[in-house]
Amino acid sequence: MQKSRIGRLTAAALGLSLIAAACGSDEKKADTTTADTTAPTTAGSAAAGGVKCDGVTLAFLGALSGDNGALGTNMINGASIAIDDFNAANPDCKVSFDTKYDSQGDPAQATPLATTIANDTKIVGLIGPGFSGETKATMPTFETAGLPMITPGATNAALTTNGWKMFHRVLANDDKQAPGVVSLIKGIVKGTKVGVIDDASDYGKGLADAVRKGLGDLDVQDATIDPKAADYSAAVTAMKDSGVDVVFYSGYYAEAAKMVTQLREAGVTATFVSGDGSLDIAFAENAGDAAEGAYLTATGAPPDVNPEFAAKFNKKFGTDPALYSPEAYDAASVFLAGIAAGKVTRADLATFVSAYDAPGITKNIKFDATGEPEGSAVFYTIVEGGKLVSKGLIPA
Amino acid sequence: MTFSTFISSFWSSTRDGLIVGSIYALVALGYTLVYGVLRLINFANSEVFMLSAFGSFLAVRMLGLDVVDNPVRTGFALVGVMALCLVVSLVIGGLSAVIVERVAYRPLRKSNAPRLVFLISAIGASFAISEAVGEWGFPFIENQKRKEYGLTKFFKREQLFKVFGADIYDSNVIVIVGAALMAIILVLFVSRSRVGRGIRAVAQDAETAQLMGVNVDRIILITFLVGGVMAGGAAFLYELHTPYARFDVGFLLGVKAFTAAVLGGIGNVKGALLGGVLLGLIEAWGSSLFGADQNIGTIGAFITLVLVLMFRPSGLLGESLGRSKA
Repeated sequence: MQKSRIGRLTAAALGLSLIAAACGSDEKKADTTTADTTAPTTAGSAAAGGVKCDGVTLAFLGALSGDNGALGTNMINGASIAIDDFNAANPDCKVSFDTKYDSQGDPAQATPLATTIANDTKIVGLIGPGFSGETKATMPTFETAGLPMITPGATNAALTTNGWKMFHRVLANDDKQAPGVVSLIKGIVKGTKVGVIDDASDYGKGLADAVRKGLGDLDVQDATIDPKAADYSAAVTAMKDSGVDVVFYSGYYAEAAKMVTQLREAGVTATFVSGDGSLDIAFAENAGDAAEGAYLTATGAPPDVNPEFAAKFNKKFGTDPALYSPEAYDAASVFLAGIAAGKVTRADLATFVSAYDAPGITKNIKFDATGEPEGSAVFYTIVEGGKLVSKGLIPA
Repeated sequence: MTFSTFISSFWSSTRDGLIVGSIYALVALGYTLVYGVLRLINFANSEVFMLSAFGSFLAVRMLGLDVVDNPVRTGFALVGVMALCLVVSLVIGGLSAVIVERVAYRPLRKSNAPRLVFLISAIGASFAISEAVGEWGFPFIENQKRKEYGLTKFFKREQLFKVFGADIYDSNVIVIVGAALMAIILVLFVSRSRVGRGIRAVAQDAETAQLMGVNVDRIILITFLVGGVMAGGAAFLYELHTPYARFDVGFLLGVKAFTAAVLGGIGNVKGALLGGVLLGLIEAWGSSLFGADQNIGTIGAFITLVLVLMFRPSGLLGESLGRSKA
């Protein structure tokens, strides 16, 4: 709803910020398309014998700036490792990676970018969009263009109910995360009165509603925030007055950090639980002491799932891989395997992706007819000493 | 509808509404004063608020005071830092409003541009300022590129007392009392001072006022200055309550403050104050009534605006700045 309110007044601002965003990410593009020739070949990269791939391009669409920009950067960095490896192994078939499409995670800003991507025939595969809302808004464009996409982060369950042929994701959807969250709250946190807050986004509300259903009578207080606002006193007051002992927040890390801070300031001591949108070190950094002891769940694999990938990532970027980096690596690897097999048109690549069945670094990658991946594991993490400490699988 | 939540949280929601409402009210003054003298909606007022919110943060950064993560300061040091930040916020608010007037409006006034052009210029100034801050940030502050900045945390909040079961924190008291003081000073300024009389005269009839020896350009400049200072004060109080800001922090708040001004009767100083507090309360009560949904609170506020305008097209207290006593 706030999107439309903004949309109403801001056609002009949109244009301005698009120009600005495009200018701003040029340097990132240069960085990620430079092949790291010293990188060794890994499981994800394939040898392309004699394939012509002049100008063949993969693109990324998602939030690179704005409050949740860290997640998009995690994805680009993960994917760029796979592309670097591929280009190093195939000096005659270099794949470009176009990373200038910054949606800020906003469906309104993603829509015109999607049209640009669809019209650029050099782009044969899309890694992204990063979030569920922008995926919902842009899929019709990619569907019409016949551009296969693999999202490393859009987990809204309803996305696969639209009959889209081009849609694929490499991680389980929110409906599969919700039972994990419920098991965590019942079995590990042992909550007796739970408050559930969502951010009214496609992702946040989808996950929160599934959790509310799963919790049943345990859910005693609901609340919804406007993520564009910074003051969440309505939700905080509701949580405080209902005396909950667990608060589940369904949204992204920037708001989660403010939420947990405001809850603690208001004297709410309930255990804070949140989903994969909050699983970012920035959550712990922004919230400081308030985040201590918070539980975060994810269908995404722990970022350090593959040591070889983690080592390469750290070598290139000087930081450890973060949420969705391994998924983006897997998404890129699927496309690269297709390109190596000579599928350098959108139609060929789409057919290839649909039939793909091979191990990735997070799990075995195989899509069903709707584009959902196999498997439904939910992992959890606790904030300890300002760090995200991965605790492994949530027992069902 | 969740009546049980609404009843059990009534006083806490009232507190939340009063806090937000006081901030709306102060920002609404900027819209209403400028509308009164120029018949112009100064959309850039929300950016004046935003610049002020960053301004005091900038000041503590320049002085090298680490107050973001380390809010342990007591006694005179605390009062000193807060006073400094308040002054910087007020100065930046007033100064940026005056610059906006000089750059975006005065040239148009000199060339007798049609009213619509002023409106476009206002919207343009608003976006230009906000996007420039989003892209380039501020000197002395690490550029977060459109992300949110954590602002100054002056002290760790302590609960002072309870009112009908609602916890009242020290910061709550400062926000509400601070806003009330600023509002009283402004009302007195407009109704009692010589300059205030000038503002009312220009609002009533600019041409006649000029014939009577009022320097209209100067009065307009002062009106922007006063509106900007109010936005600066609002920004300081906002920072106490919600220590976060980003380049578009003024947008939604500005829309709501403008709504508050219209609700109370645009051009009417007391109307803006009443409208602001009322809007804050309706939002808080509305969201509490509908399952603590902040978005429904916002909808409720705008529905109220429509209803009020249907029956009282000139707002609750009527439009005129010139004719009303204040």
